Amino acid sequence: MSKYDKLVTNAAGRVVPTIINGKPAVPYMGVGKYRPEGFKASTRIASCADYPDDGNKVVPSLKEALVLAGLKDGMCISTHHHFRNGDLVAVPVFDIAHEMGIKDLMWLPSASFPCHEVLTKYLEDGTIDHIEGSMNGALGKFTSEGKMKGLGVLRSHGGRYQSVQDGEVHIDIAVIAAPTSDEFGNCNGVNGPTACGPLGFALADAQYADHVIVVTDNLVKFPCIPWQINGNYVDYVVVMDKIGIAGKIVSGTTEITKSPDRLLLAEWSAQFCDEAGLIYDGFSFQAGAGGTALSIGIYFADILRERKWKARFARGGSNKYLVKMLEEGLVEYILDGQTFDLEGVRSMRDNPHHVMTTPFTSYNYHGKGNFSSLVDIVILGATEVDVNFNANVVTHSDGYLLHGIGGWMNTLFGKTVILPVPLFRDRNPVIRDEVTTLCGPGELIDVIVTERGIAINPLRTDLIEKMKNTKLPIRTIQELKDEAEKICGIPEKPKFTDEIVAVVKWVDGTVIDSVYKVDK
Amino acid sequence: MAEVATTGNKGKGIRSDCFVTLELTTEGGIQLQIESKVGVMYGESIKKQALEMMLFFGIPNAKLKLEDLGALPFVLAARIEAAVKKIIKTEKEFLLPFLESNKYSTTRERNRFSRLYLPGNSPALMINAGVHHPDGIILDLEDAVAPEKKFEARFLVRNALRSVDFYGAERMVRINQGERGLEDLEYLVPHNVNLILLPKCEYPEQIHAVNKKIEELVHRTSYIVHPVWIMPIIESALGVVNAYSIASSADNVVSLAIGLEDYTADLGTKRTTEGTESFFARSMVVNAARAAGIQPIDSVFSDIADIEALRQNVLRSKALGFDGMGCIHPRQIRVIHDNFAPTSDEVEKAKKIVFAFHEAEKKGLGVVALGNKMIDPPVVKRALNTINLAVKMNKLAENWRECYEQI
Repeated sequence: MSKYDKLVTNAAGRVVPTIINGKPAVPYMGVGKYRPEGFKASTRIASCADYPDDGNKVVPSLKEALVLAGLKDGMCISTHHHFRNGDLVAVPVFDIAHEMGIKDLMWLPSASFPCHEVLTKYLEDGTIDHIEGSMNGALGKFTSEGKMKGLGVLRSHGGRYQSVQDGEVHIDIAVIAAPTSDEFGNCNGVNGPTACGPLGFALADAQYADHVIVVTDNLVKFPCIPWQINGNYVDYVVVMDKIGIAGKIVSGTTEITKSPDRLLLAEWSAQFCDEAGLIYDGFSFQAGAGGTALSIGIYFADILRERKWKARFARGGSNKYLVKMLEEGLVEYILDGQTFDLEGVRSMRDNPHHVMTTPFTSYNYHGKGNFSSLVDIVILGATEVDVNFNANVVTHSDGYLLHGIGGWMNTLFGKTVILPVPLFRDRNPVIRDEVTTLCGPGELIDVIVTERGIAINPLRTDLIEKMKNTKLPIRTIQELKDEAEKICGIPEKPKFTDEIVAVVKWVDGTVIDSVYKVDK
Repeated sequence: MAEVATTGNKGKGIRSDCFVTLELTTEGGIQLQIESKVGVMYGESIKKQALEMMLFFGIPNAKLKLEDLGALPFVLAARIEAAVKKIIKTEKEFLLPFLESNKYSTTRERNRFSRLYLPGNSPALMINAGVHHPDGIILDLEDAVAPEKKFEARFLVRNALRSVDFYGAERMVRINQGERGLEDLEYLVPHNVNLILLPKCEYPEQIHAVNKKIEELVHRTSYIVHPVWIMPIIESALGVVNAYSIASSADNVVSLAIGLEDYTADLGTKRTTEGTESFFARSMVVNAARAAGIQPIDSVFSDIADIEALRQNVLRSKALGFDGMGCIHPRQIRVIHDNFAPTSDEVEKAKKIVFAFHEAEKKGLGVVALGNKMIDPPVVKRALNTINLAVKMNKLAENWRECYEQI
């Protein structure tokens, strides 16, 4: 089986395969254009008669659970990134598969982190055929160098839910690491020694996988309250010594920045929002990770406090700064997909106004609406932006796959999307003629804030009008690109082979772009 | 002269720099080894620049290794030139085109509220310094550069003066003390430096020596040369005693600064937040500068995390009569500007006086009066200054008088 076949040019002008790992795929048609018909995927019929009457689903080991779940060649195994870089569960799953001589698995993580880099050895020896989800750091490099057997598929958090729900992905075994669980499998992420926050990313897996294994290091007597995941979805419960390192939930990008340049971006972004009238009593915003985004929250807080206004809600990932705003009464609700630090965990556990969301509520394309389009201001990062406001978030300008999409693509549907980015990083211009990989169509991206000027998407005539008399340095995106090239020189394009190593899925499941093998 | 020369910085936390290792050989042409973080985008450009420079300096055979961390062309050029000149003696200078937008001059009276110190051998901090809009940017060749890096820093500072857009900030350099400082000027004066900071200044003769050197260089150069201003830094007990003769030593001395770390060390005391130990020196510097008709400028405040303490410091400084102070982090700039700027009370008072002044002029009266009170000319002058400043700092509309008359 070839990794991909039947290339076509999609509506964004990108060449993409329509056969991916042997299965048909639909090329990207434009924002909001694709409307599949028919019915959602269905799940295996379970009978409660097959499960113990006493509700005790505990099995002695992870291996036993995997064997009972029928682990075999070619299966799709899903895991989740609730512990981010502190995850201790995904790797043992594949250690066991390797030990059992299992081959050609598909790994469906909700995100990958440096702690997962050791899995490259199983990609090399054929235990894992390919990854669908995100390929960060060393896994991205491995993929970019064409070493992965199958074709990688990159999806957003919402796209992951969509793909499971419309049957594009069928999960054979879901392994859910849960900081607290009862023997029935009711579980949550807010209690226990490795509490990490919400378990929302595992919802689709619990609902749709053939077999669901909950792994915990804090088994409590029924009932486990709150039950973020219902035990009614769960086949087996496994107790391990330690499932995650709580301290590593906090990643480097969850502290506010000390960099003067990034602070300037944050300040200008906040000032822009204010002058453009985007901040008002009852507005909403997406905080996001990354030092710059976090600092913008601080500026928002100052504005709200001064005017005695409140934000109606803020979207997480939450962190101590956002929690402070909630507790100070500057934000009425945090609707939170993940917690970026332990203060976030505490708040979600103790504060009824700090509410868990899932990709279903927030981002899912197959829902009857979702929350992403209700948010007033969305602040995001990007590796590259082009003169048509298209943005890239997965590859760097040297062509290497380095990051996952996360919720980035989904949040583009917010009312005003602002990307504070440096004009260049070292000698890498961020604003280019054309992005290396298309992840976000320019029509959804409204404002680019750099330290040398701010560009407003010409489609947003309303913002242009409102900022007519601002003292902020408004430029065209072309002027910003030219300035970057004046300073750095005109960059060469990365050299690729014509071999595709991964595809990027748009939020509706269509293929928006291909990632090519780098030519070393 | 060394056989193998190295220049630049590498290691953890270093960005936008290039570590160069150059070894002259007798055959085999130029063996170029490039390890670059941006090789995919700029590999060819780096190679071209390196070979062009070898040709320029007439080096036919050498091993040249570039460990590049995303250095911009002006940094690369400085590092390679310094490596070459560590090995061979040559008068030739490899100069990149002078940025048109850097050909500006500055005036004697301009605001010097904030001056941002940047270490002279750290390119990463120079590149974006201008976007924070301090009044002045100081490329520091003195205390911020380790002795073994002093040589290469000159090339970096020279190239930065030519190639880095500081977006209108006054382009300042703090030179070294003594003879080394005079040599530094060769790398600065022909490249349109706006102001020289002279450290550890104790005698007017030091100013005269700098001016003599500047004059020589001006004659020797074909570039457009604007006035080069001098800001002596008083950093010792003797300097404080001689403050007035230093302040009045030459026409191009525009401000007099005080450096408190060295001064307190010289006194045998420690710097405190309250600053009682330096009260005399600060007052002396303010007084000497005012007597000479130049700007008194305060020392830096080094706790960059404590913005509130900085604010208090600025208010004290302004109250003592200073016109500005140094800063070591861009975050300090805003606080310094906001607090040196006239307060709204001051502006309101000044508006009344200036308005009365214009009314008196209109009526051809020689005396300005506010109600029954006569206003002395110096008070009017100060009010005019306050208004100019407020307009310059966007605290007051330029046409404020039109609206004022309507009230």
